[in-house]
Amino acid sequence: MNKITIELLTGIFVLIGIAAFTWLAVSIAGASFTEQPGYTLEARFTSISGLREGAVIEGAGVRIGTVSRIDFDPDSFEAIVFLRINEGVPVQEDAIASVRTQGIIGEKYINIVPGGFDELLGDGDELYETESAISLEELVSRYIFSSED
Amino acid sequence: MIKTISNLGSYVLDGIEQIGRTFNLLLIILWKILQPPYQIFPIIKQVYFIGARSMTVIIISGVTIGMVLGLQFYNTLERFGSVGVLGSAVALSIIRELGPVMTALMVVGRAGSAICAELGIMRITEQVDALECMAISPDKYLVAPKLVGGVISVPLLNFVFNVVAIGGGYFVGVVLFGVSEGSYVNGMIDSVLWSDVRLGLVKSIIFGLLITLICCAKGFYLHLSKYGSQGAEGVSRATTDAVVISSVSVLFCDFIIGALMS
Amino acid sequence: MSANAIEIRDLVVDYGSRRILTNISFDIRQGEIMVIMGGSGAGKSTLLRCLLGLKKPTSGHIHMLGTDICHASQAELYKLREKMGVAFQRGALFTSMSVAENIQLPLREHTDLDESTIQIMTRIKLDMVNMLPYEHLMPSELSGGMAKRAALARAIIMDPKLLFFDEPSAGLDPITSAELDELILLLKKSMRMTIVVVTHELESVFAIADRIAILGEGKLIQVGTPEEIRNSSNETIINLLNRTPRENNVDRDTHLERLTKDTQ
Repeated sequence: MNKITIELLTGIFVLIGIAAFTWLAVSIAGASFTEQPGYTLEARFTSISGLREGAVIEGAGVRIGTVSRIDFDPDSFEAIVFLRINEGVPVQEDAIASVRTQGIIGEKYINIVPGGFDELLGDGDELYETESAISLEELVSRYIFSSED
Repeated sequence: MIKTISNLGSYVLDGIEQIGRTFNLLLIILWKILQPPYQIFPIIKQVYFIGARSMTVIIISGVTIGMVLGLQFYNTLERFGSVGVLGSAVALSIIRELGPVMTALMVVGRAGSAICAELGIMRITEQVDALECMAISPDKYLVAPKLVGGVISVPLLNFVFNVVAIGGGYFVGVVLFGVSEGSYVNGMIDSVLWSDVRLGLVKSIIFGLLITLICCAKGFYLHLSKYGSQGAEGVSRATTDAVVISSVSVLFCDFIIGALMS
Repeated sequence: MSANAIEIRDLVVDYGSRRILTNISFDIRQGEIMVIMGGSGAGKSTLLRCLLGLKKPTSGHIHMLGTDICHASQAELYKLREKMGVAFQRGALFTSMSVAENIQLPLREHTDLDESTIQIMTRIKLDMVNMLPYEHLMPSELSGGMAKRAALARAIIMDPKLLFFDEPSAGLDPITSAELDELILLLKKSMRMTIVVVTHELESVFAIADRIAILGEGKLIQVGTPEEIRNSSNETIINLLNRTPRENNVDRDTHLERLTKDTQ
């Protein structure tokens, strides 16, 4: 086993390992080295139960962005969600952002329904029309207790 | 009765002493690595022995585990009508848990035991003393390259394992059981986040360091342990210990890291 | 600069609670061959390990070429070791390298010499120990005598001022042992080394020693020239030289008790 062979094989091994890592990180996890072109909007919700950072933003069922950050406002007791919208996707001032669930018990995502106004939101603006997450337990308990009347 | 308790006590004290020595070895090496002469080629050689030569084992076990996961998850998911999430299930399990842990355990068996035995034998045949007397620091010359080689190799092996395991799951799910390729692949892409990959990376780096350090310390300090005077049998006992302790440490740390990083 | 290469003063060594060496003090002069002798368990190996810096004594000083190795920093110790060579009892050759590579190791680690110079220096030393034809063999392919000669070549590759031998004749046939003695004498003469030999092979001792130090039960019994030692009136030394077996007279009853203890 001479020196050159060892160095060669080691080099190949290291390259394969790094390639595997890169493939995993980029294609699957979707990590990007540069930020996708687009703009960020703010939206406040009373409840975003289950929504995670990195969750999908959909419009008409198509992926149009990602949830980049989630913060909490202790004064108003609201969740502040930062929506990273892809470039070229218009979001009107009165568009509605709602927290929905994939299927019945799937992951949470944000759905954007377009509004009627002409004014479009830009980077840093706030989306005021929001619908919080629907909790299944609430629905069911409301149904149960309402039927007791 | 008293004897049992005092045996337990001495056992625990011995264990603590060994942990201290092992940690001490790590500190010594970290300090010495930063000083010339730099052992570049020995490190490369160790990456070759620990990493490149483990590729076959890793690929085979990776594909196998991936296939097993594919099979088991499909089995369960089918009963709930959710085979669409097969891709996510396999990928997340591998990337977050099984990849780092299985890679580490395979490397312990393949390289860890060899490292411990090699250092142990060198210790008892006075080769380590010979290095000392030639003014060549044995921890820098013998142990440091192995440690660095392990920290580099294990994460790389982990990612190779991940890729082939996901492939194994794909083979079972899509090719054998007819799950749609789109749902497998896109399910994976949608649910695997950078934080999952990062978790796997952090685990594999820590595991690499842990198993290499424990196996090196067990062999290098053989003369200070209770097997020091037992010659060949002492080496084999120390090696067995090294493998067992490394493996258990990996499993234990797996839990700790998972708890801390979630 | 004194004429002593090594000065040992009040050396006390314990292993745990057992005292191995008690108040050892003597000198080793520059350019002489000092043989350290003693029965088994007398503490020869421990003394040697202290001299090599592999064991720190409980108390005492060892001044070697000006440095007190018992209280020196690791850097100072390593500087000193570049002037020392050690031939271990079983050779301690690195099994993953060939004979030549073993011998070259100190050169590669401590010097910037170019490849051809290293090769030539290796060959010179191999030739001195009559191992030149075997430079490419692996240590596992060597006989006992060949391994010891290779180890010696490795010990002298850096032209050390101090050379240490741990049981050089152990396991060797008389002829090879005699050849090794010749070699030691040659090294002293041609390279003016100070040589310390730990052994209990009587023939070799009187063939090579300039002076002899005798240890008994951890203490220094006597230091002197071979003549002085041969004429010593000390009982332990006389027994050692005459190979008198240790007394084992116990009365029959005690002996019987010893044999049958705990067997009922």
